[in-house]
Amino acid sequence: MAVNGLKNHPYIPNSTLATQEEMLKELGLSSLEDLHEEVPEALKLTRNLNLPPAMGSEFELKRHVTGILSKNRHCDEMLSFLGAGCAQHYVPALCDEINSRGEFLTAYGGEMYNDFGRFQALFEYQSLVAELVDMEVVNVPTMDGCQAAATAIRMAARMTGRKEVLVPDIMDPDRLMAVKNYCSPDITIITLGHDDGTGQLDLEDLKNKISDKAAAVYFENPSFLGFLQTQGQAISDIAHENGAEVVVAVDPISLGVLAPPTAYGADIICGDLQPLGVHMNYGGGQAGFMATRDEERYVMEFPSRLFGIVPTCTPGEYGFDDVAYDRTSFGHHREHGKEYVGTQSALWGITAGVYLASMGPKGMEEVGTTIMQKVQYAQKLLDELPGVKAPALASPGFKEFVVDFTGTGKTVAGINQALLEKGIFGGKDLSAQFPVLGQAALYCVTEIHAQADIERLARTLEGILA
Amino acid sequence: MQRIDRSEKVRKNFHQAKWDEPIIFELSTPGERGINVPAAEPEIQAAVGVPEIPESMRRKTPAALPEIAQPRVLRHYMRLSQQTLGADVNIEIGQGTCTVKYSPKINEQLARLPQVTELHPLQPEETVQGMMEIFHKTDTILREISGLDRFTFQPGGGSQGILTMASVVYNYFADRGEADQRDEIITTIYSHPSDAAAPAVKGYKIIHIGPDKDGYPDFEAFKAAVGPRTAGFFVANPEDTGVYNPRVKAFTDLIHENGGLCGYDQANANGLLGVTRAREAGFDLCFFNLHKTFSTPHGCGGPACGATGAVKKLEPFLPGPFINEVDHADGTKGYEFDNRFLDDPRSVGKVRSWYGVAPVVVKAYAWIMSLGAEGLWETAKVAVLNNNYLFKKLMEVPCVDAPYIDGKQRVEQVRYTIEKLTKDTGITSGDIQRRMMDFGMHYWTSHHPYHISEPMTLEPTETPSKKDLDEYIATLKHVFQEAYDTPEIIKTAPHQSVCHQVDDSPSDDPDQWAITWRMYLKKAKGRA
Repeated sequence: MAVNGLKNHPYIPNSTLATQEEMLKELGLSSLEDLHEEVPEALKLTRNLNLPPAMGSEFELKRHVTGILSKNRHCDEMLSFLGAGCAQHYVPALCDEINSRGEFLTAYGGEMYNDFGRFQALFEYQSLVAELVDMEVVNVPTMDGCQAAATAIRMAARMTGRKEVLVPDIMDPDRLMAVKNYCSPDITIITLGHDDGTGQLDLEDLKNKISDKAAAVYFENPSFLGFLQTQGQAISDIAHENGAEVVVAVDPISLGVLAPPTAYGADIICGDLQPLGVHMNYGGGQAGFMATRDEERYVMEFPSRLFGIVPTCTPGEYGFDDVAYDRTSFGHHREHGKEYVGTQSALWGITAGVYLASMGPKGMEEVGTTIMQKVQYAQKLLDELPGVKAPALASPGFKEFVVDFTGTGKTVAGINQALLEKGIFGGKDLSAQFPVLGQAALYCVTEIHAQADIERLARTLEGILA
Repeated sequence: MQRIDRSEKVRKNFHQAKWDEPIIFELSTPGERGINVPAAEPEIQAAVGVPEIPESMRRKTPAALPEIAQPRVLRHYMRLSQQTLGADVNIEIGQGTCTVKYSPKINEQLARLPQVTELHPLQPEETVQGMMEIFHKTDTILREISGLDRFTFQPGGGSQGILTMASVVYNYFADRGEADQRDEIITTIYSHPSDAAAPAVKGYKIIHIGPDKDGYPDFEAFKAAVGPRTAGFFVANPEDTGVYNPRVKAFTDLIHENGGLCGYDQANANGLLGVTRAREAGFDLCFFNLHKTFSTPHGCGGPACGATGAVKKLEPFLPGPFINEVDHADGTKGYEFDNRFLDDPRSVGKVRSWYGVAPVVVKAYAWIMSLGAEGLWETAKVAVLNNNYLFKKLMEVPCVDAPYIDGKQRVEQVRYTIEKLTKDTGITSGDIQRRMMDFGMHYWTSHHPYHISEPMTLEPTETPSKKDLDEYIATLKHVFQEAYDTPEIIKTAPHQSVCHQVDDSPSDDPDQWAITWRMYLKKAKGRA
């Protein structure tokens, strides 16, 4: 046998030979080779895996990994205007402090009695998001906004027994791909047109395509392209007249200033928590939420865990428990549960709770106001550049907006390359996915962009376009 | 002065932190705030004025969030963290099927560097070469560990890995025009519930195979189930009982002979690293939970990663993009995205945003690099050694038994039964679970429904020392003895926990359930 172990490894207390010998003796075995008797010899590897050798020390590991990571250029050293569903917001130090607490970081499937803090923190997260979106029921987070949207749509399909869903043709393309996969093969996705000048959903197209087969109408507000969908109530009315549910995806950080979708008819609200105190993490900071009214028909269609507050046998003491556990695949139902449930993104949910508790109503209003003012300032400066149109779509927006460079005669790819050389990440190039917009880019401006940053972008672009 | 006697292994004086901490809304004091927000500069405010919000989109009433100064917010969450028994403060043996092992702190530090946290997923490739290198190298490592040919890191956890496998199976047969004909997925009763639930999302009819008298998936029942309608076979091996099916190749061969695909649920892979692989056992697909086997922490239930691999013929069906290593003209290596999936109708497309949970991949990479091939083998062997040591010691306890393969070894965990204890005393496994918490010990029964009566599922992994194992065993024995001597103390447990037994009757009652604070105020306090 060529395989040998690595003795006395710091992570493995029982890799010391003396202890192993003592334990093997208890089992009546002579060596570690004697373990795995149930694995047939034909299936066993008779060689070491072909992997790089183990690092000799933690110091060497740190030097190795930081050496690789140093090849990255991150957004704290660059000036970034990238968004498209993942944005650079300020993460309060408090969020990092709580997020990195070992108790939360390394907890998992404990019961309420040993993971009480986890249950309370997630119940509070649900409660805080509920206030933000003005709904009663919020779930323990899903994987991300893509799954939240897909799950919300599947919930609507189960509730209505219908198999068609209508979505804007300019929704987040990645999210559309994930939704299509979740909905295949039984739910059909129908795309709806939009007004080229404003981006607003084409209501006539909606009226023509909706029918008594429609389970839901889904839209994003703010939209993927940043503009506000101002016809929310009209869309909801058309959906409801046809017996369909209204699913609205929101950017939660907008809701200090923007109306929650309950104000214009939403039945299920979904979105991504990343803006609420979670770092971008190269797109790994995403966590989905869903919210509904407190009606049994909605609650019973959630696949996710829902932590509820319950009394204990001691009067006045709060306890927590899974609400309607048997809805889930963890209950008695396996494939008859609502979708499936497993490890999702709970720690980001706790972190989002810390963020909302820190911000309070005033902070959420202020951050929304700041973002909108900075966006409008950026649009003003960019629109003044020759050949540039910002925003390209004549609708008010939040955080992100389309900048049309077609009139400059240059490509977004070329402009972005030139910006990169000046230490700036320009907006997402939309020209391939949304060719109808021409040479357009999606720019994202948040509270972290100082006036000087926005002016630097404008001056740099001016130089590039000259 | 007399020294304290430390020979007692049972922590009889344990008490979990208990703060009587209010719900966060109860801490609100109007006017307080936890953080200041950067305001737009005066020049910006002068230039643009108040934000342009259409009336229909303006929030009319501020969100009813609490108003709390920063020290109190911090204290609140620190107290909640102290009231959480994470693996860092617990001898985490009791959470079977979840592989809760030690998560090295250096890995956490590395994943929290701005070179990870402050990366945007749409940055130009040339600015994220380090991250792409880690993704690519981890892919290469998982290929070697599994024998499969390509991994995607997009799935956000094992269950989404199972959905990804089901999606690949669906698209594969759709591409061959057989999607309608092949509409069944076979799994086993002791595989994770998501092995049934996730394929059901893709519309599959699920067929369960039960155990034979030895606890192996019943081959006769399996043969009867396999046929032209079979799309795939999704199975954990070892299953959640800890029993490894030595005839697994016969199962996968039969599926292949009937034109189906085999997906390996490797949530229980920890005891097999470097010992045996998915490829040799005949699997076409598999997933690894990086948050389990590869030591990234579980985070109260994520973020995680269910890295999913496939054999070559299924590679075009995986969600994208992939990362390829390329040779630059100057002889150096670099990395670029492979976006062929966007134009390939066979691809699942996306199951999650962008490329997956990058910090989890960084932590897994660092863990693997700290161990190498020999360390992974040592991990598996010690995990199995620890498990079988625990198994042997517990089987010496009269009220403990473990169905199936009597006298043989288990792999990563064991699903025990304490049915005898229940018959003798009326104390159930659920009661024991509550009482173990009075000693600072976590204990898990099993998934519902219980196919083994009064189950107890323990998985030590390679993390605990022999002393830790002995302490856990001593505590269990102590509690079992209590069941015979003073059962009331168990029935009324916990006594040393944060709270006492919950009254769960509101949890299934729509008139009483309270999923949020506003629901609680409305239902319990009558506030509109």
